[in-house]
Amino acid sequence: MKQHICTHINGEAAEFLCDPGDTLLQVLRDNLQLTGTKEGCGSGDCGACSVMLDDRLVCSCLVLAVEAQHHQIGTVEGLATGDRLHPLQQAFLDHAALQCGICTPGFLVAAKALLDHNPSPTESEVRFWIAGNLCRCTGYDKIVRAILAAAENMRDSHAGAQS
Amino acid sequence: MKHATKKPLRSVGTRPVRPDGIDKVTGRALFSADFNLPDALHGAVLRSPFAHARILSIDTTRALALAGVKAVVTASDMPAIPDDKVMINAQPPDFRDMSANILAREKVLYEGHAIAAVAAKDAETANRALQLIDIEYEVLPHVIDVQQAMEPGAPLLHENLITKGINPAPVQASNIASRHEQVHGDVELGFAQADIILTEEFTTQPVHQGYIEPHACLARVASDGQTEIWCSSQGQFMVRAYCARLLDMPLSQIRVMPLEIGGGFGGKTTVYLEPLAVLLSRKSGLPVKMQMSRADVFRATGPAPGSYISMKIGARKDGTLVAAQGILCYQAGAFAGSPVRLGCMTAFAPYDIANVKLIGYDIVVNRPKSAAYRAPGAPMASFAAESLIDMLAQRLDMDPIDLRIRNAAREGTRTAYGPSFKEIGYLETLEAARAHPHYAAPLGKNQGRGVASGFWFNIGGQSSAALTLNEDGTVMVATGNPDIGGSRASMALMAAEVLQIDVSQVRPQIVDTSSIAYSDLTGGSRVTFAVGMAVIQAASDMVVKLQERAATLWDVSVEHVRWQDGCAVTDVEGREERLSLAALAAQTAKTGGPIAAHVSLNAQGAGPGFGTHICDVEVDPDTGRVTVLRYTAVQDVGKAVHPSYVEGQLQGGAAQGIGWALNEAYMYDENGAQLNPGFLDYRVPVASDLPMIDTVLVEVPNPRHPFGVRGVGEVPIIPPLGAVANAVSRASGVRHVDLPMSPPAVLKAIQRAARRRR
Amino acid sequence: MQYQAPTRLDDVAALLASAGGHGRVMAGGTDLLARFAGGMPRPAVLVDIKRVAELMVIEQDSDGGFTVGAGVCGAAINENAILRQAWPGVTEAMDLIGSVQIQGRASLGGNLCNASPAADSVPALIAAGASCRILGSRGERTLAVADVIHSPGKTCLGTDEFIVSFYLPPRPARSADAYLRLIPRSEMDIAVAGAAVNLTLDDEGVVVSASVALGAVSPVPLLVPRAADVMLGTRLDNDVMVQLKSVVSASCRPINDKRGTIDYRNHVAGVLAVRAALIAGQRATAKERA
Repeated sequence: MKQHICTHINGEAAEFLCDPGDTLLQVLRDNLQLTGTKEGCGSGDCGACSVMLDDRLVCSCLVLAVEAQHHQIGTVEGLATGDRLHPLQQAFLDHAALQCGICTPGFLVAAKALLDHNPSPTESEVRFWIAGNLCRCTGYDKIVRAILAAAENMRDSHAGAQS
Repeated sequence: MKHATKKPLRSVGTRPVRPDGIDKVTGRALFSADFNLPDALHGAVLRSPFAHARILSIDTTRALALAGVKAVVTASDMPAIPDDKVMINAQPPDFRDMSANILAREKVLYEGHAIAAVAAKDAETANRALQLIDIEYEVLPHVIDVQQAMEPGAPLLHENLITKGINPAPVQASNIASRHEQVHGDVELGFAQADIILTEEFTTQPVHQGYIEPHACLARVASDGQTEIWCSSQGQFMVRAYCARLLDMPLSQIRVMPLEIGGGFGGKTTVYLEPLAVLLSRKSGLPVKMQMSRADVFRATGPAPGSYISMKIGARKDGTLVAAQGILCYQAGAFAGSPVRLGCMTAFAPYDIANVKLIGYDIVVNRPKSAAYRAPGAPMASFAAESLIDMLAQRLDMDPIDLRIRNAAREGTRTAYGPSFKEIGYLETLEAARAHPHYAAPLGKNQGRGVASGFWFNIGGQSSAALTLNEDGTVMVATGNPDIGGSRASMALMAAEVLQIDVSQVRPQIVDTSSIAYSDLTGGSRVTFAVGMAVIQAASDMVVKLQERAATLWDVSVEHVRWQDGCAVTDVEGREERLSLAALAAQTAKTGGPIAAHVSLNAQGAGPGFGTHICDVEVDPDTGRVTVLRYTAVQDVGKAVHPSYVEGQLQGGAAQGIGWALNEAYMYDENGAQLNPGFLDYRVPVASDLPMIDTVLVEVPNPRHPFGVRGVGEVPIIPPLGAVANAVSRASGVRHVDLPMSPPAVLKAIQRAARRRR
Repeated sequence: MQYQAPTRLDDVAALLASAGGHGRVMAGGTDLLARFAGGMPRPAVLVDIKRVAELMVIEQDSDGGFTVGAGVCGAAINENAILRQAWPGVTEAMDLIGSVQIQGRASLGGNLCNASPAADSVPALIAAGASCRILGSRGERTLAVADVIHSPGKTCLGTDEFIVSFYLPPRPARSADAYLRLIPRSEMDIAVAGAAVNLTLDDEGVVVSASVALGAVSPVPLLVPRAADVMLGTRLDNDVMVQLKSVVSASCRPINDKRGTIDYRNHVAGVLAVRAALIAGQRATAKERA
């Protein structure tokens, strides 16, 4: 029997019907047409389906949609504010941190979780944080550089705002 | 056209944000699984649980009877391919094999081989229906290993497979699909001149391209047979041509809409699901969407072949290579057609060796049909050759780059596979590598540095581009090739260069098969070179037209109109008059109507590519674990149109090669079932496995391209296997000849060497 | 499949009891949902325990012992600085499981009840002498973590029972633990072998208490008292470490599988145990200085 779930997605109240066995990934993509969240493996090994569940970074393929009841979900579609890109999105563009782009939404969501948690990560901290996100095109080099650059930009603008 | 490279370039060589960038960082870009139609059915595929079995019967009655099931197809729904339709212009692929790969006919030839497909109202019903298809199998003995498959008495995959390339043809069937021989000079004579002869055997495992996007498609067939397919692939025209050939349809009935492609690396140069979706849609009258799971991707789509290579080189004391010889055996998978010939051609291409003899065997085994993977056939052959060259350097106590410089192919060098090189930049890559600070950096305990080089032909091919001048003076560039790694950006930059306008005024589009003329697929490092040629030619044609239109407006002879800074310019009584692109666009009604240029060509003159990589590793002598400490990729790229995406090609290729060298491999159980059809145990490199990958773009222009472009995508996956193996061998003090160099394998080699020393 | 997310301990037990063996507890779901995706049949009732408060807290008792809810995710465990300071081996073992994404979900309870021979947190918990509080429809009991796993994929919990929390005992001065595992990559793999060492030193730096537990080298995670005995009364000198390595290697009972061979696992378990012992020793010494 379908269950009725009330949740918040990217800050907006959202509700949907789902089967208890449906994953959050299925519901985001198939029911809510939020196809920015990608499926690469369905087993939590590639990170393409990364979303925020409250303040935790998770693979939406390993979350049941019914678990979202009264929780907050954040997806790639919620990163930009209107037409203003998030500094990470801009950094990915400026640093050519994507080739095919299928892994990009997952990396962006994961990278934002990192910078929310640690605004000044080292290269090694970035690499271990995103180890759950597979990219087959870039060799990660430009992704790591983009995340470090975005972190620096965000620190600078934060410092600028405070001074 | 050579003069163009001497002019300072304004757009080519810059690094603007890619035109499709915003879509891809906001989640808006539509990849294959992202496209839906409201009434689409869910398609699912039944796959063989056996590595090798005869299909005695298939009964779909129970599946069809299940409520919600709208169509079931089996091989009997696929048209038989007549002899004259097996190939196009006698070139692979073999469509009879492809058809049998898409749906098994008499036999299943690997675990995961598709047998039937179902379309139903939802995924659950479709999967339930698969379980209701009744199949009787006669399980047959199977063979996974390439050397075992060659032995007499090995289980035969195809009972009537007679080895091609042997004269006289053998009378007995075998798993050896073909033999390829490449002879250059006289190896016996060559080895007789050698002071040192080194012989070694090498093995490599099959590796998957590992694109993050699984295959998916949606097909809709109207009652009059008009067929639409939405999918990602490395070529919408390839999908159209293959579906038409496999399903015996005219090309005009099929329209393929390209969606964004989430990685291909050669693995999406064929079709798996598309013909099934078309058949299911035709039968059901409804659109059908199909998606592979990651396990399906591993079990049923093509890896690069594994290999067994026996190789020998001879050199004089001063390091001059005088002869090379080898036997290369490649696993084709379940159907013939590994790129072993390309392995033979590329193995020693970087070197000027007078005597080379290589024999390649294409072997069928009970594994998924191999597919192209970046520089198909080259990395494993290069691994063997570059390992031997490193062994030679060690034997001679010579610097490995100096040894390569001594033997490097140059302009005029006759290759072992036939032609002589024209302008190439191999030497320049070696010199740049030798001069790089990485090469002089100190190494610590248990650390080693490896060097290896690689060669790829690069190709041109049939390509089309259409430029349209919009009413406001902006420009559309339409091409028919999927953008895998930023080619939209290169197309826009090259058009902007010729039109002498800002790249922001140019909008590139990848269009469907009904909207532009044919283009060969995206692959072989051809798009920026060959499709770029079409774009450049079309932009040049447009400039001519614009000059003519300006001449009409000014009422002067067109010879008096030049094109400068995106404007038509003329001198009237010593005074300069200009008409901008926007001004000309606004007045097309007065000058003869809209302005467009469509060029279709068969691009020739792709410049070969060479790369040299340096790799530092540390080996844990107690566990055999290898850590890559530092990596530098040097490559002759001709001219980097968008340097960031060229660097990206080098970095990505290097990372894939490192994975191939260290941890990627298929594992099978005793029944021939794959043990690791997922990213958990098929271990592609993760971010924390790798250092930054430094790149050096050497630019030796290709004189046969207006801007000097060479293909860049394939080369970077070739050197890493050798570079990593040479580094691990030097760090551990023992030569590693088997890939992957996983911790247990490395430890075993270290322990064996230690026992020998005692 | 029916999904239930009770908020009270008693309701969890009641739901499991009424499911009569067709119920399944879900904490982070990282193993369970991956298996569902792989085709494992779903239970009739799935009981999500993450809305039960007792399963989601970390508390330190007045005597220094810790109670860690069975459903607390790895990320939360590693964000607890006091717990990390007291039990660096247990927390690093938990932290090694999967990616950051997995850490946002995976729990000690799930890692234990999944009953994999290669579970990373289990050897560390065993070496730590951890116990767990188990609740069922007929009451509650306490079991040593070492006694929970029965065989690969099987625990000794009744069908109506579930783990509420783990208890980590108070730490004497100069105590520390460490966990190391061998994986081919740097992240994302399942352990080929794992070793946890828990030590207490006296003020002379002599080992007064030790325990060693191994993962992925036997059907269930293995406590190796003989290996601990080797270290007792020593300062972890070289010859002791050589002996530790051989005792550990000889204690393993691994299998050949896709992740490793018997020989490799035997060898590497010894190497890891030595390295973990040295790290634990250094940590214990450093604690004294701090």
